[in-house]
Amino acid sequence: MIRALLLALLLPLGAAAAERVAIAGGDLTEIAFALGAGDQVIAVDTTSTYPEAATALPQLGYFRRLAAEGVLSVAPDLLLVSPGAGPSAALAQIEAAGVAVARAPDIEGPEGIGPKIRFVGAALGRGAEAERLAAAVEADLAAVAARVARLAARPRVLFILAFQNGLPLVGGEGTSADAIIRLAGAENAAAGAEGWKPMSREALIAAAPEAILMMTGRAHATDGMAATLALPELSATPAGRAGRGFEMDGNLLLNFGPRTAEAAARLARLVHGAAAEAAGL
Amino acid sequence: MSMAVPALRVGRLAPVGVAAALAGLVALLALLTLTLGPVPIPAERALAALFGEGGAAETAIVQGVRAPRLLLGLAAGVSLAVSGAALQGLLRNPLADPGLVGVTAGASLGAVTAIVLGAALAAGLLAPLRPYLLPLAAFAGAAAATGLLFALARRRGETGTATLILVGVALNAVAAALIGLLAYLSSEQQLRELSLWSLGSLGGANWTMALVAALLALLAGPPLFTASRALDLLQLGERAAFHAGVEVERLKLRLGLAVALGVGAITAAAGPIGFVGLVAPHLARLTVGPAHGALVPVAALYGAALVVAADLAVRLVAPPSEPPIGLALSLIGGPFFLWLILRSRDDA
Repeated sequence: MIRALLLALLLPLGAAAAERVAIAGGDLTEIAFALGAGDQVIAVDTTSTYPEAATALPQLGYFRRLAAEGVLSVAPDLLLVSPGAGPSAALAQIEAAGVAVARAPDIEGPEGIGPKIRFVGAALGRGAEAERLAAAVEADLAAVAARVARLAARPRVLFILAFQNGLPLVGGEGTSADAIIRLAGAENAAAGAEGWKPMSREALIAAAPEAILMMTGRAHATDGMAATLALPELSATPAGRAGRGFEMDGNLLLNFGPRTAEAAARLARLVHGAAAEAAGL
Repeated sequence: MSMAVPALRVGRLAPVGVAAALAGLVALLALLTLTLGPVPIPAERALAALFGEGGAAETAIVQGVRAPRLLLGLAAGVSLAVSGAALQGLLRNPLADPGLVGVTAGASLGAVTAIVLGAALAAGLLAPLRPYLLPLAAFAGAAAATGLLFALARRRGETGTATLILVGVALNAVAAALIGLLAYLSSEQQLRELSLWSLGSLGGANWTMALVAALLALLAGPPLFTASRALDLLQLGERAAFHAGVEVERLKLRLGLAVALGVGAITAAAGPIGFVGLVAPHLARLTVGPAHGALVPVAALYGAALVVAADLAVRLVAPPSEPPIGLALSLIGGPFFLWLILRSRDDA
């Protein structure tokens, strides 16, 4: 009984000793490296594209489709997974083979950043660093929010994820794009839609976006941002007429993590221009 | 079959020899599946682990990961190949496979419904069954599609084979439209999940899933394996088969239900796995000829070899990640099918 209690007390320390950590979830990988624990990470999934060092690690595949034996072959003593990771049968088989599996808290948007950082810190034995990083990130976010609040205008921004059969797939309410647009002091021009939805030409004109936002590289499908803005359905919108289209790194923009305050400030500068500079962003 | 197969040079190898060689190949592939993998385990230790005499980690990998995968792969190969052979014989159409008559589409619709509306559906299900919502829904979809197929294609007590195919095509179209609608309603995460599911994989196999699928496929076996003589007679035409004493309508119903059971169970556990149902019967026909008594068992062995080989390939090609098995099968099946078409054209 006493031994069991002692073991239970020691368990967190045991987990903290994880030397070989496999990660399935781009945000968790980014946090692990931000905590200075990059050398403990031995394999990552396809969504882990930041920092550069993570992309050189053995590749576990897409985090929703992990292969049990593939994960075991890199001999981790801990597997960190995002809430959507799976399949659950594979995770159960990995646990059965003696590898601890730790699941990140399932909180979306900016509210999830602090809990995610503390979760990774606890799992990697970097509790103190995690506490400092979480506090710093939360302070940064609060500072950006305070400066954004000083901005008078709320320009209507439309985030286009990709073009599907010629129709733009836009980020409606509840998407990560919606959250970052609002953090940057802008209004989501697709707020009427729920989730990621293709938007018809008429709806695009009715949405009247003042700026188009895309992930870097995605506008290539339509020969770059200038060509995208020249599409008939977009050229008729305020954004098209003013030629206002922006590209940002997708991982920075949509993965809520240590760099989100920076992403919000950068997006605010793009969207608000001189007013953002004046507000100290 | 009566249309295209005479144009093909069919093999006349002794069925028993072919079956023995294929059984040897399947056994070899099974052994390789158990002993090879991204985690290097020496063959003798892997086999010891299979019988519970290895280290804990090795036992977890061989008994918990590789063995159920192998079982599901064998069941999938046999079940899909035999279903394809039976449908090709029954419909006298060399292009028939479970995908053509809507059974796979029905299973897909069920699975996609479970992925997109899962939370609402799970609430109505007994707690112990909840983790199996997706396979249950896929199975229900396959059964519903088969029921509809035979109900709609039946007129005045007769089921026309042309009507059966046309109804299958219509069911495919309706299922595809409903899947499209569900995809539109789905969140980004659900969309990724359903597009991944539609590629097929044996990776989600655990013992419960593999055993249930193999058991259901086994139940579907007897009607499929015992219909050889009736299927041979059916190639002369339905009327001739009827006069030779084949109860054609009952045969159709029996085989249809067996196909739904087998394919539904496999699709539920592994997702839609294409090409095996089409290609394995053709391989069998090319080596042992069109008589179903030899064709059906040889097709079963070809199917098992194909699926287990493809699964072995995807496990070993890019560790630690794993490409979907459907890709490997289609890469084997696609060129083979092209070759088959070109060859039959040259001979004609």
